[in-house]
Amino acid sequence: MDITELTVHELQEKLQNKEIKITEITQAYIDRINDKEKDVEAFVTLLTDEATNEAKEIQTKIENGEIKGDLAGIPIGIKDNLCTKGIKTTCSSKMLENFVAPYNATIVEKVNNENMINLGKLNMDEFAMGSSTETSYFKKTKNPWNLNKVPGGSSGGSAAAVAANLVPWALGSDTGGSIRQPASLCGVVGLKPTYGLVSRYGLVAFASSLDQIGPITKDVTDSAILLNLIAGHDKKDTTSVDMPKVDYTKSLKNDVKGLKIAVPKEFFGEGINEEVKKALEKAIEKYKELGAEVHEISLDVAQYALATYYIIACAEASSNLGRFDGIRYGYRTKNYNNLKDLFKNSRSEGFGDEVKRRIILGTYVLSSGYYDAYYKKAQQVRTLVMNKFNETFKDYDVILTPTSPTTAFNIGEKSENPLEMYLADICTVSINIAGVPAISIPCGVDSEGMPIGMQLIGNKFCEETILNAAYTYEQEIKFRENYKPEFRK
Amino acid sequence: MSREDYEVVIGLEVHAELSTKTKIFCSCPAEFGGEPNTHTCPICMAMPGTLPVLNEKVVEYAVKAGLATNCEISRDSKNDRKNYFYPDLPKSYQISQFDKPLCEHGYVEIEDNEGNLKKVRLLRIHIEEDAGKLNHDDFTGESLVDLNRAGVPLIEMVSEPDLRSAEEVERYLRKLKSILEYIEVSDCKMQEGSLRADVNVSIHKPGEPFGTRTEMKNMNSFRSITRAIEYEIDRQIDVIEDGGKIEQETLRWDDVSGKTFPMRDKEDAQDYRYFPDPDLVAIKLPEEYIENIKNNLPELPESRKQRYLNEYKISEKDAKIITSSKYLSDLFENAVKVCNNPKAVNNWIISDISRILNEMEIEPIEIPFDANQLGKLVILIDNETISSSIGKKVLEELFENPKDPEEIVKEKGWIQISDEGAIKEVVMKILENNPQSVADYKAGKEKALGFLVGQAMKETKGKANPQMLNKMFKENLK
Repeated sequence: MDITELTVHELQEKLQNKEIKITEITQAYIDRINDKEKDVEAFVTLLTDEATNEAKEIQTKIENGEIKGDLAGIPIGIKDNLCTKGIKTTCSSKMLENFVAPYNATIVEKVNNENMINLGKLNMDEFAMGSSTETSYFKKTKNPWNLNKVPGGSSGGSAAAVAANLVPWALGSDTGGSIRQPASLCGVVGLKPTYGLVSRYGLVAFASSLDQIGPITKDVTDSAILLNLIAGHDKKDTTSVDMPKVDYTKSLKNDVKGLKIAVPKEFFGEGINEEVKKALEKAIEKYKELGAEVHEISLDVAQYALATYYIIACAEASSNLGRFDGIRYGYRTKNYNNLKDLFKNSRSEGFGDEVKRRIILGTYVLSSGYYDAYYKKAQQVRTLVMNKFNETFKDYDVILTPTSPTTAFNIGEKSENPLEMYLADICTVSINIAGVPAISIPCGVDSEGMPIGMQLIGNKFCEETILNAAYTYEQEIKFRENYKPEFRK
Repeated sequence: MSREDYEVVIGLEVHAELSTKTKIFCSCPAEFGGEPNTHTCPICMAMPGTLPVLNEKVVEYAVKAGLATNCEISRDSKNDRKNYFYPDLPKSYQISQFDKPLCEHGYVEIEDNEGNLKKVRLLRIHIEEDAGKLNHDDFTGESLVDLNRAGVPLIEMVSEPDLRSAEEVERYLRKLKSILEYIEVSDCKMQEGSLRADVNVSIHKPGEPFGTRTEMKNMNSFRSITRAIEYEIDRQIDVIEDGGKIEQETLRWDDVSGKTFPMRDKEDAQDYRYFPDPDLVAIKLPEEYIENIKNNLPELPESRKQRYLNEYKISEKDAKIITSSKYLSDLFENAVKVCNNPKAVNNWIISDISRILNEMEIEPIEIPFDANQLGKLVILIDNETISSSIGKKVLEELFENPKDPEEIVKEKGWIQISDEGAIKEVVMKILENNPQSVADYKAGKEKALGFLVGQAMKETKGKANPQMLNKMFKENLK
């Protein structure tokens, strides 16, 4: 038995039956990391030494009955934009190369309270800006299915680590597709919860009105388990919503009879790869067979979502990233004689090109004289997008689309062409704009053997509906049993 | 041409630090002072990933201020980000309010130069966070950032350009200050910067449109505000009289040279890129919430004044002076409760206490003794333990070294001599030593009695009971 092949719920079962020990699980992952990390390069900071000690401690405490809980001793990987006390949080940027937060993100605190074991901080696009993890200052993470290809982004390190069995599961963040798109490209499950379901406190902000933390897992059941942990109101984040706790694992019924699925034709048009379309069409047929009602609809406003997204996200980013000014923490230039140069050179030298591009764009759209034409207009379109989603969810339970217009592309293929890179988010951004939840699950592979992702979108706070729909399909195609990443070179 | 040929137009933006226990977006103490960077946490230091949580007290205090200044309270308000780079601004944006302030369209009443009531309109009151402080070390050339003040809650009260002279500005500011003190939302300590004003000044000839205004930033004493306005009016007149044009600019008032200087380069014209803060939800105030604050608003200076006229029968002029400061007013009322002699307490405050405040150049809030001590002083005089002239000495002692007046009197041996034998002894001695005055009095010069009593007071170091002295002198001069 290869322990790292197992999902978390399988690990829990084996722990319960005393077939394995915490220390064995951690060791298996450390061995796997030692074997594969050099190929994948998913981690910015590895915590394997600490993990060994923690595992021993937790094993002893469990044996002594000092701690209980289903998640004790389960390893996890954490995207490097979630603040971890005493451990570097770099956002994969030179700006924060040596930054150690003095506090834990609320979600990290929850992970720690469960006595889970943090195996390390995972690589990402710099400040979560990108769709390939290539904008990381430190390294380019590879797609475990084909090491010449990108893992997607921005949570590319998280998705690749899960796909490569370097961690059993990971936390990512999603502003315009940053969990779902890499999950799709790496053949794993990625969930972006409803805006407000998960606390953002301690998540280094990219675009505050769009950012959400979510799970990247091997299967849908694990997604539900991790969502159970991270969902819930936090008084430190006033945008998090106070509502009754839900056990998401109870929603996995393996039954979609009568489920109303909408398929927006705009997501199957130009720019969407034929093989992706085919895989999705097969999935649609399968849902019909399983008793779901599927109808084609029009989600015409979605075509404006990408432009809207880049205006709002960049505007917020330009303000959120102002604090990286070289004064209190992070990178400070050596090259300054006055205050203005200290600001200018610290930021010019500390930020990468993509981050600068978005800061400049965001600063522009908020400038007086342009605000009305861009930012205000974008907010108006945002309302239209929200309304359209609301309307659609009056008649349907789930909207089904591809997660990404293509499978994983080659490293370097789009990194010189930002506009083309932005199009990688075309299927995912409208979900963040609307604030609704969506999950990406694998639904096949293309002719090169690269995974294809299907996105299931739900109404606000209807995670249970999309988890069940995803779970039911997952039981049918048994993707993990049929396909495995091969680390092709 | 001279000053009389121009009309002056002044508008004020007044910043008042709110006296909430904690900061506006985190739970750090909001109090003044402390070792640098000790009143800080990851949130007010703007550590990456931290989020603001709005302090509800700040909203409550601002609504109080709005209601006390006759504003309309917005039921639907929000926070906006004002973006600019400066080392004392850790997030590189200040959370403020842009187009939906909490309070709008209010006014306060002041007297104009002719003594008529005049409404100064308030355009708006909004909430925002204070920035930190830079400490420049001239010796090392370094600048150090202290973020204790970063995130201390402020209200900004923006007036319409309704003020016409430096005197009106001072009256307006004093009025605002007293209102904020009365409703207990700010301690208004100007020397600590908890009340400060940006002053906009322009001039124009009568009948012509308003002139271009200049803005003087961050003024925090009545004296410098008045001086700066006077200077700026003269400067603007000079510029215009010389055929020049007033530039719209921000000025810095320098107290030492008594001049204003341009503060920023024009090329640095700020574009603050305001936009709604996505980290904070809208501020929605239910009707009951506002009603509740309205019903629990403390008594304001105007109604206290009326009450003093009716209840304590003191003069309107005195009532106005006393109620101009909440501290004086509280001192008055509480001292009256102790001694039950409003007239005497009134006199002490209006004459001696006011005089000493002026001499010491301090504000009423800095009076070192309390109402109980003042009340006891009045009792000591009323029950003839001390004379009123000793009373003045006790008051001075209260300013120097405040404690129970009875103790002061005992320690200093100032208890009045009311013993008939002792008084008689003094009287006889004075009569003996001043035959000329005795003769004068007997010849009909009433004034001579005053001289003799004075001599007796001198002899007893002011401790003799004056009524008894008078009586006894008269008896022995028959």
